[in-house]
Amino acid sequence: MSALTIIRQFGEVLLAIVIAPLFMGWIAQCRAWLQNRSAPPLRQPYRMLRKLFDKDAALATDASPLFRLTPYVLFGTMVLAAAIIPSLATDLPFARAADAIALIGLFATARVFLSLAAMDIGTAFGTMGARREMMVGFLAEPALLMVLFNAFLLFGSTALPSMVDNYRAHPSIIDPSVIFAAVAFTMVLLAENARIPIDNPATHLELTMIHEAMLLEYSARHLALVEWASSLKLFNYACIGFALFIPWGIATQGANGPAAMLISIAALLVKLIFAGAALALIESLSAKLRIFRAPEYLAMAFLLAVLGLLVHLLLGARTA
Amino acid sequence: MNAHAYALPILNLLAACLLLISFAMLSRRRTQRLITLFAWQGGILFLSTCLVAYSSGLKELYYSAALTLLLKVIGLPMILHRLILRLGAQWDSETMVNIPATMLTGLVLVIFAFGLAQPISRMATTITHNTLGIALAVILLSFLMMITRRKAVTQVIGFLAMENGLFFAATSATYGMPMVIELGIALDVLVGVFILGLFFFQIREQFESLDLRHLESLKED
Repeated sequence: MSALTIIRQFGEVLLAIVIAPLFMGWIAQCRAWLQNRSAPPLRQPYRMLRKLFDKDAALATDASPLFRLTPYVLFGTMVLAAAIIPSLATDLPFARAADAIALIGLFATARVFLSLAAMDIGTAFGTMGARREMMVGFLAEPALLMVLFNAFLLFGSTALPSMVDNYRAHPSIIDPSVIFAAVAFTMVLLAENARIPIDNPATHLELTMIHEAMLLEYSARHLALVEWASSLKLFNYACIGFALFIPWGIATQGANGPAAMLISIAALLVKLIFAGAALALIESLSAKLRIFRAPEYLAMAFLLAVLGLLVHLLLGARTA
Repeated sequence: MNAHAYALPILNLLAACLLLISFAMLSRRRTQRLITLFAWQGGILFLSTCLVAYSSGLKELYYSAALTLLLKVIGLPMILHRLILRLGAQWDSETMVNIPATMLTGLVLVIFAFGLAQPISRMATTITHNTLGIALAVILLSFLMMITRRKAVTQVIGFLAMENGLFFAATSATYGMPMVIELGIALDVLVGVFILGLFFFQIREQFESLDLRHLESLKED
C-alpha cells in the first residue's frame, strides 16, 4: 500500500465530509424552487453547522455518557461508511476492507445508538421517535438487503468495488431486474433518510416526526455532529445507489492517474446534482404517508426487490 | 445485426417495466392514478410491439402498434378520465384493500405464471419467447386486481389491463394475432368501455355510489 493510495483514500473521505452538507443544501434549494418558495442559499447547511459549533452545549441533568457519546459514534460510523463505499475509486484500501453486508451493519449500529440516545433522556418524544425509527429500520433493512442480493446475483460479488469493476468490464445493456432493484432502492433511500413519504425532514410537528423527534434533546456541537452525520448518511446512500446502478466515471482498478480521479470527481458531482434534483422532485410530488402506512410502503419496496430477483432468475437473463 | 442484438435485452427491459406497472396498479388506491398507469402500460406495449415488428420484419405488427397507441394510450384513458369527471368520482379511492396481502398474492401469482410459461416458451420459436411468462403474470395480476377491488371503475381498468396482457402474450408467443381478430378485439374493447360507462351511471343512480358491494346483496323490502 503506497502513500499515494492512502492520500487518495483520505481525499475521498474528506470530499465526502465536505460535500455532504452541500448535497443537503442542493436538495433544499431544488425543493424550494419546485414549491415556488425563495430558496435558501447553497451554503445554508454550513452556516447552520458553524452556528451550532459556536454555541455552548446544554445537557439534560440525567443524561448518561451514552447520550454524550452518540453524536461522535454517529459521525464516526458515517465517515467509515463513506470510506468503504467506492464513491470515487474502487482501488482503495478501505473499499476492499468490508462488503456491502458489513456496510448495512454499520448503518444499523448508527441507528441503534441514535435510538438508545433518544430514549436515554426519557422524554416522551424521544422514545416515540426511537420506536418509530426502529420500526422503519427493521422494515427497510430487509428491502435494502434484497436490493443488494439482486446486485450480488448480477455481478457475482458482495463487495461494492468488485461490483463496480465487473460492471465497467461488461458495460452492456441493463438487466431487467435492475429496474426493480433501482425502484426499491429509491424507496428505501427515502425511508431510511427520513425523507418525505415516511418522514418530513423540515417539520417540527410533534405527531408526524420521526428523525427530528430523536434529536430534540441535542444542542450545539452535538446537534451539529448529528445533523452532519445524517447528511453524510444521505450522501452515502446516494453513493451506494451510484455504485450499484450508474457506476460510470468511477475510477476502476487499473486507472489510478490524476486524470481518472478528476473525471470521477466530475462524474460524482454531476450525478449528485441530478440525484438531488430527482429526490426533490419525488418529495415535492408525493404526500407524507401516515405512520401506519409506512409498513405498506416498505413492504412494497421489499416485494419489488424480490420481484427483481425472480425476474432475473426466471427470465434466464445473461450472466455477467 | 447489431441493432437486432440489442433488441432482445430492450424487450426484456420493457417486459419488466410492464410487470412493474402491473404491481404499481395493484398498489394504488386512487382511481385517477390507475388511469395514468394504464396509459403508461399502453405506451410500453406500443414500444415493445414496434420493437418486435422491427426485429422480426413483420409489417402488420406496425399497424397493431399504431392501433395500441391510438386506443390504449390516447383513446381509452381520455374516455375514462371524462367518465370519472362526469361521475364526480375523481377523488374516489379504495379504502378497504389490504395492499401488502394483495402484493404478496401477486408475487405468488408471478412465480406461478413463470412456472406455467416455461414449457410453452420453450416451444415457441419467436425471439420474444422469454417474455411469455411476464405476459401471463400481467394477465393474472389484472385478474387479481379485478377480484380485490370494489369500485366499478377500477374493475373496468383491471379488465382493460388484462386485455393489454393478452395482447402482449400474443406478440411474445406468436408475433401477434391476425389483423382481423385484432381489429375485432379493439372494437370490442372500445364498445365495452362505452357500455360499461353507461352502466356506471345506472349503478350510481341506483345506489348513489360506484361501490359494487351493493350489487351483491339481494333486494329487500
